[in-house]
Amino acid sequence: MNVDDLCRELQLEIRAGRRKLNREVTHGYAADLLSYAMARARPGCVWVTLQGHINVVGVASLTEAAAVVITEGLEPDAATVEKAEEEGIPILTTELTTYTTVARMVELGIPGVDEVE
Amino acid sequence: MSKVSQVTRLQELVYELEIAEVMTRDFLSVTPQMTMREFKEFLQEHRFSGAPVMEDGELVGIISIEDLIEALAAGELGCLVEAKMTRDPVVLKANDLVVRSVDYFGRFGYGRFPVVDDQGAIVGVLTKGDITRGLLRKLEVEYHQEEIRRARVNHIFDDVSSDHTSISLRYDVEARNFERGGRASRSIKRALKRFGLPRQIVRRAAIATYEAEMNVVIHADDPGGVITAEIQPDQIVIEAIDMGPGIPDIDLAMQRGFSTAPDWIREMGFGAGMGLKNIDRCADRMELLSPHGTRTTLRIVIYMDER
Repeated sequence: MNVDDLCRELQLEIRAGRRKLNREVTHGYAADLLSYAMARARPGCVWVTLQGHINVVGVASLTEAAAVVITEGLEPDAATVEKAEEEGIPILTTELTTYTTVARMVELGIPGVDEVE
Repeated sequence: MSKVSQVTRLQELVYELEIAEVMTRDFLSVTPQMTMREFKEFLQEHRFSGAPVMEDGELVGIISIEDLIEALAAGELGCLVEAKMTRDPVVLKANDLVVRSVDYFGRFGYGRFPVVDDQGAIVGVLTKGDITRGLLRKLEVEYHQEEIRRARVNHIFDDVSSDHTSISLRYDVEARNFERGGRASRSIKRALKRFGLPRQIVRRAAIATYEAEMNVVIHADDPGGVITAEIQPDQIVIEAIDMGPGIPDIDLAMQRGFSTAPDWIREMGFGAGMGLKNIDRCADRMELLSPHGTRTTLRIVIYMDER
């Protein structure tokens, strides 16, 4: 499953990082506290969050996450989109809640960061 | 010590390389009107075990040695490829990552997959052999680049004679400027990569620096502080220094979940009380000094040798 497949399956809107949609999704993680994401997000994970400001890109980029999904119809800031383009981090949005987004990701067989070695 | 998991470069590469980079572009195909006998000669001549079937430049099927064996057993060598081929073959996309094809080979058990572009036009063929060759080629290229880089970095340390040689990077960090937050850690990450340091070291240094940088952005008095990274032959020393207000109780600050960040900063997702814990996890050594509750110095040491 790559980011492109995930977008299709969950009908996510692509706000940034179109050129990196081929990255493979290895696990999922959800949290709105950046330090937790910093500690837990891994290379290849999809991070589901309710934060839309620019520092989300910083965390995603440094942890080498495959994509960020922003839930509840929240739109990322313009600065976030710009930075994400620059860093090549797909920013995806959905009207779904974090709970439902994660549930759908689990249905697709994406394991949690704590379920993989 | 680092608890960040280790992966081999080979495992990483299948997640980085695109199929287009390893597939065979100059592939040979057969036509649906060819007989199975002609197909047999085609396989013998080229030492292939299968081929895509093309008509008017379009992919119409795929045929393999298995299909030939079946035709042989049934005495149907006069039969057309059209009748024996697999129609609507499973295809891979050129810009998919190699890891997807590894999954496909396992899942479908085929020996080759046609590779198509975004418009569905065939642009190549992928076999397991292509993957192996592609990975080896990439590893070789990287190995050379790595040697060149290492030589360059080592030269800096070898050619310059001093009692203590290091490369020092310094970044000003502005208090409360969240737009610029993360700039120092990103730059340091890039620099360490350029020096050819192992990826796990770069990653640990980047995470630790980010947390240290955001601590300055969130907590330091105006105008902020500085982040320095000193790259020495055997270790990286990262320091975050600000001029106040200082940390009254360092033991308390080190506790997981403790934070003094105001609400508006917490709303952005900061202030989880995990920053120092994260730094500690990534560092080989960490020292936090805040004498007389004024100036704060956070010192992070990461050894070059992974241990």
